[in-house]
Amino acid sequence: MSQLENANPVIFQRSGDRLLTSNDEDEDVHDPIDDREIFDIRAINDPEHPLSLEELNVVEQVRVQVNDEESIVGIEFTPTIPHCSMATLIGLSIKVKLLRSLPDRFKIDVHITPGTHASEEAVNKQLADKERVAAALENSSLLEVVNQCLTPTRGI
Amino acid sequence: MAADSAVLLSLVEEFVSGLQDIVLALSLSLTSSQPHTRARAVQLLSQVLHDCHGALTEREVEVLLAFYENRLKDHYVITPPVLHGLRALTKCTVLPPGSAVSMLRSLFQDVHVQSLMLGERACVYNMLINLMATREAELKGLGADFVFGFVQSMDGERDPRNLLLAFQIARTIVLRGYDLGKFTEELFEVTSCYFPIDFSPVSPCLLCLVLCGVAGVSKYEHKDVAEFLEGLWASLRREVFQTASEKIEAAGLAALTALTSCLSRSVLNSDSEDSLSTFLQLVLTDCKHHLCEPDLKLVWPSAKLLQAACAASSRASHTVADAVMPALIEQYNGRAQCSQRRTLLEVVQRFLQSVKTCESEESVFSAFRPALCTVVFSALTETNSSLQITAASVLTSLARHNLLLDSDIELAVDHLTRLLLTEEDERVSLAVVECAGALAELRSAAFITNLIPRLKKELEASEKLSHHAVRQRCLSALAAVSTQPGVVQESAPVLLEVLGSAHAGGVVFSVEEVVAACGSLRRIAERVQDTEETGRCFHDVIIPRLLSLALQAALQGGGGSPGRRSPLLEEVVLAAMVPVISTSCSRLQPTLAGQTAARAVSLFLDGDVSFLPDNSFPSNLQLLKQGDSWSQSQMVCLLLGCVCSLPRTVEAPRLDELMTELEEMSCACSHPLSYTSAAKCFAGLANKRAAGESLDGLIQRTMKRVCSELDCPSSPARTQAFTLMIWVAKALLLRYHPLYATLTDKLFSLLDDADLGPAAADAFLLLMSDTADILNRGCHADVRIMYRQRFFSENSAKLVQGFNAAPQEKKPNYLKALSNIVNKLPKQVQLTELPALLSLLLEALLCPDHAVQLSTLSCLEPVLMEPPPALIQQLEALVGRLLALTASAVMSVRIASLRCIHSISCFPAHEVLPFRARVLRALSRPLDDHKRLVRREAVRARAEWFLLGSPGGS
Repeated sequence: MSQLENANPVIFQRSGDRLLTSNDEDEDVHDPIDDREIFDIRAINDPEHPLSLEELNVVEQVRVQVNDEESIVGIEFTPTIPHCSMATLIGLSIKVKLLRSLPDRFKIDVHITPGTHASEEAVNKQLADKERVAAALENSSLLEVVNQCLTPTRGI
Repeated sequence: MAADSAVLLSLVEEFVSGLQDIVLALSLSLTSSQPHTRARAVQLLSQVLHDCHGALTEREVEVLLAFYENRLKDHYVITPPVLHGLRALTKCTVLPPGSAVSMLRSLFQDVHVQSLMLGERACVYNMLINLMATREAELKGLGADFVFGFVQSMDGERDPRNLLLAFQIARTIVLRGYDLGKFTEELFEVTSCYFPIDFSPVSPCLLCLVLCGVAGVSKYEHKDVAEFLEGLWASLRREVFQTASEKIEAAGLAALTALTSCLSRSVLNSDSEDSLSTFLQLVLTDCKHHLCEPDLKLVWPSAKLLQAACAASSRASHTVADAVMPALIEQYNGRAQCSQRRTLLEVVQRFLQSVKTCESEESVFSAFRPALCTVVFSALTETNSSLQITAASVLTSLARHNLLLDSDIELAVDHLTRLLLTEEDERVSLAVVECAGALAELRSAAFITNLIPRLKKELEASEKLSHHAVRQRCLSALAAVSTQPGVVQESAPVLLEVLGSAHAGGVVFSVEEVVAACGSLRRIAERVQDTEETGRCFHDVIIPRLLSLALQAALQGGGGSPGRRSPLLEEVVLAAMVPVISTSCSRLQPTLAGQTAARAVSLFLDGDVSFLPDNSFPSNLQLLKQGDSWSQSQMVCLLLGCVCSLPRTVEAPRLDELMTELEEMSCACSHPLSYTSAAKCFAGLANKRAAGESLDGLIQRTMKRVCSELDCPSSPARTQAFTLMIWVAKALLLRYHPLYATLTDKLFSLLDDADLGPAAADAFLLLMSDTADILNRGCHADVRIMYRQRFFSENSAKLVQGFNAAPQEKKPNYLKALSNIVNKLPKQVQLTELPALLSLLLEALLCPDHAVQLSTLSCLEPVLMEPPPALIQQLEALVGRLLALTASAVMSVRIASLRCIHSISCFPAHEVLPFRARVLRALSRPLDDHKRLVRREAVRARAEWFLLGSPGGS
């Protein structure tokens, strides 16, 4: 990585932690898995910058669709520039994070926000292909990069 | 260890009066064969010296110096705390003659400064600075040796902060004419090699720190700084305007204040220009116009800069205020939007706060008084709540600057009263109550004549229960304004009247309101000035009236439905009255408190009602012998307030007689509040009673009685005897009375009891925790330091033995007792003690009681951060049990167990890797938990376990 593709990205504000309600502490209330909960994957690190995907506006809460009853999750992510070569890697990180964080019953769909990337279709196809995702994670150097994106940053 | 010594230090501050005690207490550690133990002991001693170096006598200093100088030759780990202590000693004013020289000789001889760490090097420089400031003649006596020692110490110094100190020393050496001898060249060499300073700031924060140092420490001639002012200002402005963090901003502002005050101190020559006004002009030109921009975009950074300059000196604040305030006021009056007005008002408020008030001088803002008052009063009439809140705080500041005329205060009281009675917004009323409290402290007259009568009328008038919120506000306002004795004379009767009407049933007050009225009286007792006048008010008026009302209610009896009988019979109301009485007895006028105690005792023992107002009571009262009437017997809790919180100098009268009656009542009465209060009262008295045969005899007698009740399973008074035993045990444990062990041993044996077993386990929580109404330091109880640790270390073995010997169905009681004890121990003690109890804790994870599981998990969690080897050996059992608990029916148990599993992922990888697959599989279930908070912990834990041992992971 000799030269950053997008050396000076626009930075967005982080949203705060979810506010606790009395329902959250009531044993008997069932809390459905909702878009905000899924959106908490926002803490994924960008592969290039010391910033999270939320701060780069790659993921946004409005682009998260959840249906808890039917066990479906859909996420659109927006690469910072249309030619971003990291798009597949970012998509893969999001996918892996969701696989690790959600119950098995969910069908997870990760794709690029329509019209925001040059090779949108190819990337979407790769991310949707279970076999290819599994194969990618067999590759230890790729897994290493994904894990680095998913390692929580320690507060400074 | 740092936390450890902080805890110890605070304990030492609180309890140890003389230095001798500390040294004695530390003597074992100071002479330990382990260098680390010695180092810790010296460190503690040094920290104590830092806090009390002003109070040392010459003789003490001499002994300490000899000790510390000697320790310099000790093991290298001891050197840092020794230097720390020596530095404290250099600050002593009573340093014996010759000691500076001997200290420096040993220092230069035994310590190679440049091989010390940064902090210790700074310590050495600070010692030199301290000594040079006070012992110049002595140091000069050392001749060139001193300079040689210094040159050796600083040769090679690289840290900029330490260099600042070293340069300061070098400069003093030259200026004050120390003998350089043949080391002139060396001194020049070690200092000159740093010039020119080529310093590229790594972090602006450091830059600001340096700036602070430069502006604050040095006595630069203003001419030296003058030519750099523009550059300095430009960089400070940049740091604040484009700040990345609050820390840098704060440092920048502090630097600006320091710089401005440095300029303010400078003495003007006839030919020089006034650099302060030049500098302030720079600041004003750059900042002032931002306050007037239509969008108010940069208003805050500019205002902060101006305020920082304003806070520096009186001259600066005049210049800035004269330039800024008219503009701000004009802006405020010219704007219509509430949010903009609020911003401007907040800026004004910050200006008012930034300038320190000085009573003798006229306030900087007096020229703007009329305009500011108009602004504030108009803001108070707005409907916007944020604007009202800000206005209330500005009003407080104006009063603190002594800017309000009597007519202004009257107007202010009018506004505040109106807001109190009408404003529904809770934040506004909170701000109004706070403002009223602050104003009443400064100018009480208007509150006495105006506010209190209005509130009184309101409390008397409203028949409607819908006025609940208004009444609550009136009650809290009455408490807030009552800090001056004169106000209390007026406000307390209003509150008492509320209690009186509530009892008589004239005006309908809810139980909640009665409790609030008592709460207000308590707040007054806590905050009012302790004068003869307030003491009389509480001890001669309020307490007799409270007792009288409670007694009237008690004599009416507890018959009838709870809705119709007097609210003063309710337990919550009595519980709210007790602290009014006990606070007055503990902090207002000891002599009068003694009198209150004597009156209460004769009321309860003899039925003497002569001191009570509205005296229409029967003459044959026997409040402590009321087996049948709970309404009368529960009055004993008020007796507790009167006699258990007296200062130690005041002794409760007729102790023997009183305690005998209390013991009788606590064992014989069947009403829970009554027998518990009697037991507590007995315990409170036992805790303070002078040690000796009479106390021992009393305890043994009580103990015998309690045991005989407890040993008879059919006795109807077992619970009562048990209650008395726990409270007495607590009273004795707190003061380290040797007899406490007999009582707690009995308690341990009750863990096997069929009926009382669970209660005995819970009783350990009472033993280990602080109680609010009695047996705490606020009531002057005899509480020794670290009694919990002592109890734990003396009894943990018994617990383990008892657990092993107990039948299976009784084991949970032991586990619960253990968790109750361990949970109250300071974390540091837990960490050192827990390894010994590990098997028991692991056992406790299998205990079906949720409370035991939860407290065990909360004990384990901190231990898992630094796992002891014993724990790692038990990993299999630990992981298995924790994973089982993630399926618990109780949410908090699931959360706590997931956190523990999370922590285990940080154990040494080779120990935990074998569990990875199993944990990941087990954690997929809580990912689908029906509670979001549980899922969140599961997600966090699982993410960490996934990274474990994976490429790129941890």
